Amino acid sequence: MGKIGLIIWREYITRVRKPSFLIMTFLGPLLIAGAVTLMVYFSLKESSEQLVLVVDKPQLLTDKLKDGKDIHFFYTQQEQSDSAFKAGPYTLMVDVNEEVLTTNTVQFFYKELPGIITQRYVQAEIEKVLEKEKLRVNEVDPEVYASIKTSLKLQLFDIDKLGEESKDQELAIVGFFLGYIMFFFVFLYAVQVMRGVMEEKTNRIVEVLISSVKPFQLMMGKIVGIALVGFTQFLLWIVLTGVLATIGSTVMVAGKYSGEDLAGQQMTVQMQEELGVDADEMPKIDESAVLGILDQINIPLVLALFGFYFLGGYLLYSSLFAAVGSAVDSEAETQQFMMPVTIPIIIAIFIAQTAMQNPSSPVVFWGSIIPFTSPVVMMVRVAMGTAFEQPWELALSMGLLILGFLGTTWLAARIYRTGILMYGKKVSWKELGKWLFYKG
Amino acid sequence: MLDLQGITKTYGDFTALEDVSLTVPAGKVFGLLGPNGAGKTSLIRIITRITGPDAGQVLFEGRPMRQEDVLQLGYLPEERGLYKKMKVGEQAVYLARLKGMDKAEATKRIREWFERWDMSSWWNKKVEELSKGMAQKVQFITTVLHRPKLLILDEPFSGFDPINAELIRGEILRLRDEGTTVMLSTHNMGSVEQLCEHIALIDKSHKVLDGAVNDIRRQFSTNTYRVEYTGNRVQLANALSFTGELLDVKEGEPYSTARVKLGPGSSLNDVLKQVVHGVEVHGVQEEIPSMHDVFIRVVSEHDPATVGSDMTE
Repeated sequence: MGKIGLIIWREYITRVRKPSFLIMTFLGPLLIAGAVTLMVYFSLKESSEQLVLVVDKPQLLTDKLKDGKDIHFFYTQQEQSDSAFKAGPYTLMVDVNEEVLTTNTVQFFYKELPGIITQRYVQAEIEKVLEKEKLRVNEVDPEVYASIKTSLKLQLFDIDKLGEESKDQELAIVGFFLGYIMFFFVFLYAVQVMRGVMEEKTNRIVEVLISSVKPFQLMMGKIVGIALVGFTQFLLWIVLTGVLATIGSTVMVAGKYSGEDLAGQQMTVQMQEELGVDADEMPKIDESAVLGILDQINIPLVLALFGFYFLGGYLLYSSLFAAVGSAVDSEAETQQFMMPVTIPIIIAIFIAQTAMQNPSSPVVFWGSIIPFTSPVVMMVRVAMGTAFEQPWELALSMGLLILGFLGTTWLAARIYRTGILMYGKKVSWKELGKWLFYKG
Repeated sequence: MLDLQGITKTYGDFTALEDVSLTVPAGKVFGLLGPNGAGKTSLIRIITRITGPDAGQVLFEGRPMRQEDVLQLGYLPEERGLYKKMKVGEQAVYLARLKGMDKAEATKRIREWFERWDMSSWWNKKVEELSKGMAQKVQFITTVLHRPKLLILDEPFSGFDPINAELIRGEILRLRDEGTTVMLSTHNMGSVEQLCEHIALIDKSHKVLDGAVNDIRRQFSTNTYRVEYTGNRVQLANALSFTGELLDVKEGEPYSTARVKLGPGSSLNDVLKQVVHGVEVHGVQEEIPSMHDVFIRVVSEHDPATVGSDMTE
């Protein structure tokens, strides 16, 4: 292992062993999984058994509704008074009037608002019976009806991208999300580099270290080591989030439904199956929209580009943050240098917002080309697909990013090697400029 | 061992070192002296290749020093520290490996040192749990562990109690006897006299003095002698009249002590020939200035005005 390898190893291992790394690694997915689980939990939650009184005035439904788990139907033809319902044992009351076949409306009274599952279940059961009744009255063969029944899907097309269904809005959201994650992690890990540099400087160990290795090796070792910590954390988060989310939803749902995964659009499918309702008969949640977005994103390509831009952006900013860390004696002094280094990446977030509305504006174009903002802005364009319209733009952006981080690393290394040995001096911008031209 | 030739280093418009040349002989303890801010640290940083000189060159074992040569150096900076959160043993191994040692060898040698200094129980402690003196001992070990050919110690005794300072002093001499060249930068003139065979004195970016300690002290001798005698003080003074000057006299039992400065052109023999006529001499000893005296004399004589003009040249 070369010296730089040793430095990388130390930076990596001391961070990964820290309790805070473990806490972050497990807490992150727990929070996400917890949020998902809670969402699933609340959407499925029924406080207790539901006793549904069906006031079936037209006598269409009596004894035709199937009881579900924790949902029991009771029937009467008599109009119920509000107070009678309130005083009675039933938790829900469905008021079906004579005109139901023409109005397609029933009134649903509750003491406590039932969960979405219960609502859907009751709705689907009644729909099924009413449909059958209508078919019988109109003497329509149920099979014929099934072939007639139409569920219209609206397909959107951008006239410039014919042959491709437009999902711009959804894609823009995905893109902004990616851009924001990019911003968050680049910043998070770049700040860690800065703290690491400051630790070595204030500890005074730096002078011992650079009598064994070159300052550049020390700086790059730190940057790379922390990047590896970042990738380790990503990986663990992805794995743990997946595991926890699965376990969480399974445990939560196991009591009610035997489903394994109720997350996302699968949940509706699951519900349909579990409820014994044909997909056609369920009120439709447009799952094809979600699937359509996924179809339209080339996931491996987007992930690869995310990886590239994360690495590029991280290298670019972390070397600048390393330079800031080397120039100051204490955390408080970082403020004056942090601002100018942080502003570009915050601007990038604003440009990314613009990109969602107006992906072809010049601001977005330049934002996605200039290395300081391109990691965030280009992710939006990548997700929306506009990055691929002119391949040279993407190539230029990537090339400039590489040049950008080579440039900032070079610059930072020159400030770093002087800064780490400079104590007790409040450093000005002018001073930093001078350091660039000191002979090594 | 080490030759510095015409080293000049400037930071912007501040001149840290100007045309400094000196030779550190192999296998000796060399003292690098100078008041605060004289440029000692700048010089050490050039030797350790932390920075490069603007002009001049460093010869290591007779040839221009190369980057790999830093592995032959051990450097203990004045301001020192360790990673506070890292365990002692692990950290020592890490620092040794940065000096090019392999892991097994480093571990073995550190264990030996720890046993010798009775600190094996520190291995798994974090540095922040150690006292300052303890951390300094760990740091000393990490400095010398890879058996450097040239050991550069900047104020090695600061932060140590007298017992540990003695321990370090003993180690320095032991390392020297094993062939290590030691460069010692310190303000403690007592330890310079105890340890150093040669010194160089840097003041305001310039080397103002160098050579063997004994030669330098003799060179700064004021030709003053302590004469122990019995007899009459006035007769002593009369006897001296042409060959020397009586500086002061301390009357005492059994002998009085007079401090006598030789006159121009007189030798001790000349003086004694006269003195024995006046009083009875029981002992004579030359007053050799301490390094402390030499330091103060040289630095206060080195007129700041001349340095000012040097810097603007």
